Amino acid sequence: MALTKEEMLAMYEKMLLIREFEETVANVFSQGQIPGFVHLYVGEEAVAVGVCSNLGVKDYIASTHRGHGHGIARGASVNKMMAEIFGKIDGYCKGKGGSMHIADVELGFLGANGIVGAGLPLATGAAFANNYLKNNGVAVCFFGDGASNRATFHEALNLASIWKLPVVFVCENNMYGISMSQKVHQNITDVSDRATAYGIPGLTVDGNDLMAVYEASAEAVKRARAGEGPTLLECKTYRHRGHFEGDACVYRCEDELNQWKKKCPIERFAARLLEMSLAEQDELNVIKEQVKEQIKGALEFARQSPLPDVTELTKDVYCD
Amino acid sequence: MLEMTYAQAINAALREEMRRDSTVYILGEDVGVFGGCFGVTTGLLEEFGGQRVLDTPISETAIIGSAVGAAAAGLRPVPEIMFMDFMAVCLDEFFNQAAKMRYMFGGKAKVPVTLRTACGAGVGAAAQHSQSLEAWFTHMPGVKVVMPSTPADAKGLLVASIRDDNPVIFIEHKVLYGLSGEVPEGEYVIPLGKADIKRKGSDVTVVATAMMVHKALAAAQTLAGEGIEVEVVDPRTLSPLDKDTILASVAKTGRLVVVHEAVKNSGFGGEIAAIVAEEGFDYLDAPIMRIGAPFTPVPFSPPLETAYIPDENKIIAAIKEIL
Repeated sequence: MALTKEEMLAMYEKMLLIREFEETVANVFSQGQIPGFVHLYVGEEAVAVGVCSNLGVKDYIASTHRGHGHGIARGASVNKMMAEIFGKIDGYCKGKGGSMHIADVELGFLGANGIVGAGLPLATGAAFANNYLKNNGVAVCFFGDGASNRATFHEALNLASIWKLPVVFVCENNMYGISMSQKVHQNITDVSDRATAYGIPGLTVDGNDLMAVYEASAEAVKRARAGEGPTLLECKTYRHRGHFEGDACVYRCEDELNQWKKKCPIERFAARLLEMSLAEQDELNVIKEQVKEQIKGALEFARQSPLPDVTELTKDVYCD
Repeated sequence: MLEMTYAQAINAALREEMRRDSTVYILGEDVGVFGGCFGVTTGLLEEFGGQRVLDTPISETAIIGSAVGAAAAGLRPVPEIMFMDFMAVCLDEFFNQAAKMRYMFGGKAKVPVTLRTACGAGVGAAAQHSQSLEAWFTHMPGVKVVMPSTPADAKGLLVASIRDDNPVIFIEHKVLYGLSGEVPEGEYVIPLGKADIKRKGSDVTVVATAMMVHKALAAAQTLAGEGIEVEVVDPRTLSPLDKDTILASVAKTGRLVVVHEAVKNSGFGGEIAAIVAEEGFDYLDAPIMRIGAPFTPVPFSPPLETAYIPDENKIIAAIKEIL
């Protein structure tokens, strides 16, 4: 089914919202305003938005350490996310999780995850639950090229394939596992080649092309809902920032980064909207301004929120 | 009361909970067609079908990881890890995911997974199929640790574990599977975190777990002939631990011996000894004694394995040393 103008503009807005959120986090992090460390999603926005635009209320996503984009694309509140990153009581996890553990199970967001590759079996289990409960829901797991070398990848894809579970494995191949180039961390170019080993479809798309991601994931989600089992969808993309904020990126060159910045998924999609006469530049500018205001509001919300009282320390370890 | 084995009691608990709650399902290696490596899940596939009793590939990571994801998404999985030693293969899924999810997410998730697994030496299974690793799990906030020693306890505690909204590791001792005992008929639930005094006595308290409960009872029987009255306390649940029952017993006897089959070094016995030293020091009339296996892997050859496992004589010797 073709997307309406409104749907396409909403996707554009979501990508911008992620970009603005991440750039704001980078800015306040550099000023020492937030504790710990953060991994930002700048440059990869089309993957989260393209995939999550296919999901409904019963669906789950499992995310990664680089999870802010997935949360926002799934519909999480930027206020509560920002407050969590600040370690505040009004954050998603009352400040107990931080950037790497933002989650909202009710929303179908099984959480960012501090362990690379941990989401693969979790999403497989959520897909199992949806199948068991016969609610027509699916699960999506986002993971990187680095995680595709973990044992969890193999066990989860094997189990999901033999049980024909409604899960879509979305590999965000950003070409690096922390500092290690994909060229040296695995002996293949396309992670999707590994699908053959599980007898499931595997395909690779341009992860910076929102429509390519949207269409490929729509097909994979449709297959999953129809009971035809999992798909391995690889989206080739690039993180504009380091593995974490403060990463000197000695393992890659400036030229490579600049080449990828030219392929910015947001600018590309904006150009497409204009080209297809789906929007005027003025309209896009208005959206941009609204997004800026929204993130400004999120930052304000996070700053105003109190820090957790120390009595919170020992709460929430067990269910009563 | 019904006479049944420890394995049958576990089977009965699984069967009853699966009948009661349609979200309960079983998954693991050989749990279906084969009926479980130790026969514990016999007949469940026939009654509940392949949608609820799932044979899995040899993929411990996927067994536990998928169970955790399914639990967060509304089911109540009861995965089986055939031998406790294999927990080393899937520790992240239990330790970094299941155990921490609720806390990391600010109290907004529940992960009702009951992981069943078999521990223990005594069957010639050697170093990678015989360990008692309960102390790994008592060191994990967010996890409950259950270790039954009798058929009745196995049933009542497993029912409680499955109904619990937290991740539970339910540790069965493989030598106990064939042990017979009386089990109450019908619904039988033993709350987690309640110790049981398996034998009353006034001279010395022996806190023992799993197979060691039976060795402690044998030692108590022998010593009764010499006029020494031993109280045997079985914590049954190690986390949360019923320290009140242990402290009350030591207050009465003034002496404490702790015995487990796991290696003594950094074993759970050290935790019990430390609690009594911290909170019950004034009750003590003698030093606390700890008995555990030597600091070696579990050996294969029968005389070595026999020497490895703490026995009645070691318990008697420890008791006599502090009387």
